[in-house]
Amino acid sequence: MDWTALRLSLELAAWTIAVLLPLGIWLGRVLAWRQFRGKALTEALLALPLVLPPTVLGYYLLVALGGASPLGALYQSITGQPLVFSFGGLLIASVIFNIPFAVQPIQRGFEAIPGEVRDAAACCGLSRWRRFWRIELPLAWPGILSALVLTFAHTLGEFGVVLMVGGSIPGETKTIAISIYERVQAFDTVAAGFMSAVLLLISLFAIGATYFSSARLRRPHG
Amino acid sequence: MADAGLHVRLQQAAPIPLDAELACAPGEMLALVGPSGSGKSTILRAIAGLLRVRDGRIACNGAVWFDARTGVDWSPQRRRIGFVFQQYALFPHLSALANVMEALLDLSGAAREQRARDLLARVHLAGLEERLPRELSGGQQQRVAVARALARRPNVLLLDEPFSAVDRATRERLYKELAELRAELSMPVVLVTHDLDEALMLADRMCVLAHGRTLQAGPPFDVLSRPASVQVARLLGVKNVFRAGVLGHEHEREVTWIEWRGHRLEARLQPAFAAGSQVTWAIPQGQIVLHRRDRPSRGERENPVSGVVAQFVRLGENAAVTLEVGEATRPPLFLTIPLHVARRNNIDLGARVTVSLLRDGIHLMPPDEAHMPARAAAEPAAAGRPAR
Repeated sequence: MDWTALRLSLELAAWTIAVLLPLGIWLGRVLAWRQFRGKALTEALLALPLVLPPTVLGYYLLVALGGASPLGALYQSITGQPLVFSFGGLLIASVIFNIPFAVQPIQRGFEAIPGEVRDAAACCGLSRWRRFWRIELPLAWPGILSALVLTFAHTLGEFGVVLMVGGSIPGETKTIAISIYERVQAFDTVAAGFMSAVLLLISLFAIGATYFSSARLRRPHG
Repeated sequence: MADAGLHVRLQQAAPIPLDAELACAPGEMLALVGPSGSGKSTILRAIAGLLRVRDGRIACNGAVWFDARTGVDWSPQRRRIGFVFQQYALFPHLSALANVMEALLDLSGAAREQRARDLLARVHLAGLEERLPRELSGGQQQRVAVARALARRPNVLLLDEPFSAVDRATRERLYKELAELRAELSMPVVLVTHDLDEALMLADRMCVLAHGRTLQAGPPFDVLSRPASVQVARLLGVKNVFRAGVLGHEHEREVTWIEWRGHRLEARLQPAFAAGSQVTWAIPQGQIVLHRRDRPSRGERENPVSGVVAQFVRLGENAAVTLEVGEATRPPLFLTIPLHVARRNNIDLGARVTVSLLRDGIHLMPPDEAHMPARAAAEPAAAGRPAR
């Protein structure tokens, strides 16, 4: 069992959520309620990671984050290390390929809030911040929770993009999915089987927790 | 104070055409009445500051809330209005108490909760404070919405069809409660409704709207008995609308004579319509009196008109009767009479009866085409064609 890889995967998932959640809430809310030019195009672009083959996405990220790219060069001049094949590069890639998994459920969550309820909040004299904090966020919570779980599970399981952008550096970019693959390549089916089972349990727990809590939200005496 | 109360003028061509002007005094309830799509809710939302209109001005108690010319446009928060939404729009995740407390952020801690409890008690919800909206009946939800709307001591109370989502029995109880509550309220109250009876029962004044235009305002009964135009009469469901020619006026007797299907009818003096001109006239059903067939009764000499019963429909304890006067192709007279009166007088299909059209009930209006704007006349006339 590769505990280092598991820990790295969990860290990556936690960081991805930390970065993506505020961004996802902002984007999801804007997309749910505002009408603007190019909205359809924006939504299509944000959904792109859903349909692109992970290797294609990984390739473009590799180019965009590589030493020859402005972003890669900037990172290297500051930190002295390349962005690709590092945890930082992996995090950027993880955030990007998780965007649709976070934004779409959050957008649906905000869309589900009736316009009259938002108007009522304004008529009650609630400030913009209090309206967000006290009314909108709790009501969009089921969507936000789905986004959390999907992002978490998807980060643990992502393989193609991670391999392209991160390679397989133990303790730096070798996630549990990569580790399982390597164990299988080495005919170590016992370790591969054990790690797969751990991943299965974590995913099952995460998805079960979502269903349980959203059922609780819907229950009459919640 | 001349500026006291609410003064609203709204104009725009698109997206929703509006040409509305209305005023509501402190403590007065104004009903906005009109068919769906007539712009009632749009006007209410504009007053609340939830919707911005192209042109116009909204002022309340001397403060200008919105003025398109000077660019003034206060937020709903700053206007301090109470709004009861059609579906109540309670915060579904908060208890009845917390819903009301959200509108009381000016107060702190214990005072806030105490005032919210007082308000809920005032709308007869003591004991249900901790319930979530989904654990309350429709009528109870409406009461929470009213308590929440009143919590801020609003400058104006806006009610958007607040009775449309509850059953009939609950509605009648809520009418009574609202009427009681109203006596204590000192701010202007604007009630949007498509139900004329609601306006007649609750409002001090009513304003009739169609296609975003305010057509007539006044005390509900006056507007109903003296509509300014055929369009208003149709919108209010006045059935007896006919055309006639003006014969002349007798100022000393306060009478205007009109000629209708060979009858010389005596009407209340309405000298604005010149002798020889064509007019449209209307009469409320309550101003048509049936003559007893066995013996003469009071008022028989007042505009007696006889006709043949063409339709006789029982409606509970009353009967809706249509009477053909003159040729059968012409629009009939409509009247409602108690069923026992119909029985006693042997009124049934084909019977010939005589009625009196009471003088004070005959109301003259400009002839329909001339008065109806082209836009409205071109509509598929949901309320039916003007009668000939």
